[in-house]
Amino acid sequence: MSSATTPPDSDPTGRRRVHSMLQLYYGLNEEGKVVEQAESLDPCDINGPHFDPEVYLNKLRKECSLGELMDHESCTVKQIRSLDSDMQTLVYENYNKFISATDTIRKMKNDFKKMEDEMDCLSANMAAITEFSAHISGTLQDQHAQITKLSGVHTLLRKLQFLFELPARLNKCLELQAYAQAVSAHRRARCVLQQYSHMPSFRGIQDDCHVIMEQLAQQLRQKFRDGGSSAKDLSECVELLLQLDEPAEELCDKFLSHAQSRLAADLQGLEAELKDSPVTDTGDILEFIDRGCNEFVSNLCLVIASYQELFINQMANGKLHVFVDTLAARYFSLVERRIQEEKGVGDNSLLVRALDRFHRRLQAISKLLPGSAVPSQGTEIVVRAARERIKQYLSALQTFYHDSLTDVRQALAAPRGATSKDATPSLPELLTSLSNFILNQLKSVLASVHLFTAKDITFSNKPYFKGEFCSQGVREGLVVSFIKFICQSSRQYCESAGDRGGSTPPALLLLLSRLCLDYETSTISYILTLTDEQFLVQHHTPVTPVTALCAEAREAAQKLLNHYVKVQGLIISQMLRKSVETRDWVNTIEPRNVRAVMKRVVEDTTSIDVQVGLLYEEGVRKAHSSDSSKRTFSVYSSSRPQIRYAPSYTPSAPMDTSLLSNINKLFSERIDIFSPVEFNKVSVLTGIIKISLKTFLECVRLRTFGRYGLQQIQVDCHYLQMYLWRFVSDENLVHFLLDEIVGSAAHRCLDPSPMEQSVIEVICERG
Amino acid sequence: MEDDAPVIYGLEFQARALTAQTAETDAIRFLVGTQSLKFDNQIHIIDFDDENNMINKSVLLHDAGEIWHISGSPAEKAVLTTCYSKTSESRVLTCAAVWRMPPEWESGSHESPDDSSNNPQTLELLCHLDNTTHGSVACVLWEPMGDGKRVISLAENHVLLWDLQESSTKATISSSATLEGKGQLKFTAGKWSPHHNSTQLATANDTAIRGWDLRSMSQIYCIESAHGQLVRDLDFNPNKQYYLASCGDDCKVKFWDVRHINEPVKCLEEHSHCLQCHMILQKSF
Repeated sequence: MSSATTPPDSDPTGRRRVHSMLQLYYGLNEEGKVVEQAESLDPCDINGPHFDPEVYLNKLRKECSLGELMDHESCTVKQIRSLDSDMQTLVYENYNKFISATDTIRKMKNDFKKMEDEMDCLSANMAAITEFSAHISGTLQDQHAQITKLSGVHTLLRKLQFLFELPARLNKCLELQAYAQAVSAHRRARCVLQQYSHMPSFRGIQDDCHVIMEQLAQQLRQKFRDGGSSAKDLSECVELLLQLDEPAEELCDKFLSHAQSRLAADLQGLEAELKDSPVTDTGDILEFIDRGCNEFVSNLCLVIASYQELFINQMANGKLHVFVDTLAARYFSLVERRIQEEKGVGDNSLLVRALDRFHRRLQAISKLLPGSAVPSQGTEIVVRAARERIKQYLSALQTFYHDSLTDVRQALAAPRGATSKDATPSLPELLTSLSNFILNQLKSVLASVHLFTAKDITFSNKPYFKGEFCSQGVREGLVVSFIKFICQSSRQYCESAGDRGGSTPPALLLLLSRLCLDYETSTISYILTLTDEQFLVQHHTPVTPVTALCAEAREAAQKLLNHYVKVQGLIISQMLRKSVETRDWVNTIEPRNVRAVMKRVVEDTTSIDVQVGLLYEEGVRKAHSSDSSKRTFSVYSSSRPQIRYAPSYTPSAPMDTSLLSNINKLFSERIDIFSPVEFNKVSVLTGIIKISLKTFLECVRLRTFGRYGLQQIQVDCHYLQMYLWRFVSDENLVHFLLDEIVGSAAHRCLDPSPMEQSVIEVICERG
Repeated sequence: MEDDAPVIYGLEFQARALTAQTAETDAIRFLVGTQSLKFDNQIHIIDFDDENNMINKSVLLHDAGEIWHISGSPAEKAVLTTCYSKTSESRVLTCAAVWRMPPEWESGSHESPDDSSNNPQTLELLCHLDNTTHGSVACVLWEPMGDGKRVISLAENHVLLWDLQESSTKATISSSATLEGKGQLKFTAGKWSPHHNSTQLATANDTAIRGWDLRSMSQIYCIESAHGQLVRDLDFNPNKQYYLASCGDDCKVKFWDVRHINEPVKCLEEHSHCLQCHMILQKSF
């Protein structure tokens, strides 16, 4: 209200405010509707519609002081005054507007009257025009019908012209070799010509067309026959010929024969590659398969597709199947030949990838030609290749095993020549390196074979590769066969080489025996578990159990160890035998020394003990006296406890000794000379010593001894007694055999007077 | 036989030599030679009566020495050869001789054993197979199915073929062969093959088995390392001409086809003791 004094036009904001307040007063909002003003319910609001002057005054009187009231009064008066002036201004303005509006309306009234007249005139004119138009159309009716007819004739004539020009056009097409155009033109005309062929003129055209089309068909056939064109051209050709009502069957045959010749060329290319290049630089198999896939298989697919597009409705699929099968068979034979050349076992991934590609591309055929045997044959080839591969790996493993054994042999042989001390410590190292070599090789082979079952290989989800390949192929064919092979070849060392000159070094026998034993205890189960884990072998078919393999390995180990004992025993036996056989025992001098051969026997036994100790555990021996070497000879003490040895051979009692010794034998434990040994050092040494002493005994029994001969045997036996007891499990065994030897020597003696025990001891102590 | 109790015969001395009385066709009769260094050795004639399952024996005195090998003539029942060791001048030499049993032994065979052992009859010496130049004799072999006129003796490394003349009282060497080689080679055993017209001989020395052709007196085959250890004895299959059996100190019995000597036909490994002296009395194979 402060701006009420300012002139209304000078300030638009003030004016609008005034305006809005007026609207408010009249209960109008901007849209002109009466609205309840929520805030104006207060009766004390001087601007609200519910303003109650009485309440307002009461309120003021109650609340305000006199001064304030005075102020308020003056303020209110001022406001009323400004409002009044505002109202006056507004009323004046509106009055002017009303005046001008009345003027305008009056002017409009005059104008409308004039326009009404003009409109009447227009409607009259329009009626006249309508009348004229109807008149004109009535007169033009006849001509229109005529024109329509004429245009119909025109089109017919054009058709006729087309027909008449057809031969020429066809000829032209023929010249330009636009066969497709010609055929489509002819097709359009053919029905009409056929229909009106009774009319001579059309007949002529038809005949001309026939001749031309015949020519065209001839040319097409020629082109078709030449076969030089691409597959696409060929199929186009066939399509045109089909449209020309060529016999489908014949075409189909021809088509196939052409396709065959082209595919055969591809095959020949492959074959040439296979034949020309020597095996060594054939290029890798992947390239070959790639070439086969890109050339042959894709062409074959193309042929199948176009064939099906062209003939599928007319011809049975049988022909196509036969066609595909024969070609695929040739292709497969080539591929198989190529795969067979793949003998190197170094990198399997190349082969697997090649097979994968091969297999993958054949799947395309199965999509194109459902029910075809080709993909399954392809799978079979892959399966065969995988089988073959496993066989190759097995033989490679076997070769590797032989090679490593040869290496071991060389390692065993080489240092022995130089220094015997250096050779022996390497035995456990050789064993570990050998077994590690084999294990690593086996693992790498498994890894290579594992490629066949990799997830990204298409054929890995075929049933064969899921089941049989893993269980029968890899597990049985590869791993189990290899383990069996190891056992087998180990056994062969015992059987063939053993008796014939002993070409196998004994240390190798020992080493192999330990290897087999290790296989039995841990390696076999480890390998098989590894295989089962890697290949997730599901045993649908019965497989060789671990226990059977272990038993086999143990048997082989046992055989090898037995053989080792025999070979070593034989070596020592030969020494003893020669020493007994070559000596004249009757005329020998009084013993002063232990014979050198006995020392040699003890030395050899000690070195065998060391050798065996490197690979085998000590083993248990029966409890023995604290110092058995000092034991007096049982010839005099145990077997003939009371009587002296010599008197028993007096002629008066010839029966006593033999009877006594026989009874003695009955009660002593029977000794199995070539009995199997246990897997420990003591048992092995016991076996060797048993064989040696038994041979010694047998040789002594065949000789005749003089007095000093017997004494020498006594000395020798005592010496052996001193040193051999510590190697065997049961020292009584040595005692018993040595007793037997001395006893037999005494029995075979012409003058059996034995040496004093103390003298024997002195000689033996001296060396 | 299986039903009967085993028949056991005991000797008072050790013995290593045993043979069948080859010329005897009716009775089952064996000859055993004893070995004793101190006492006179004997030859026991053991007669087995298979109907009554019992044994009759006679003892002949063999005072020349201990018997290492004995062999009966195929033609004459009473004639036999022995290899015996003789100790002279503190030398032990194994000699061979042809003997004839005294004619009375058969009549006295039914005497009580005490009599025969107390008063044994002595063998009649027909001739020595004189071997002073060739060394100790390992064994003497009669020509199988021959007329008792030809014997072979194996002495050290020599094969000697003797002709017996004048009722076996004179022996002359008709031909001989010598095994040459490294070291001291010595025959340990031998057998005269009954096949091929008795023209073949097989011998054993150390671990090798050799075949000889008696017409040319040359070696025809040799199985080196036939056994892992010493070959103790060998014999031919009487029914199959090329088959040979051998046994050795390696506790094995092996069967050989002499046409394919690389591998034995069969190998038995059942024994766990050294196979000692044995005679292969094979009737069928």
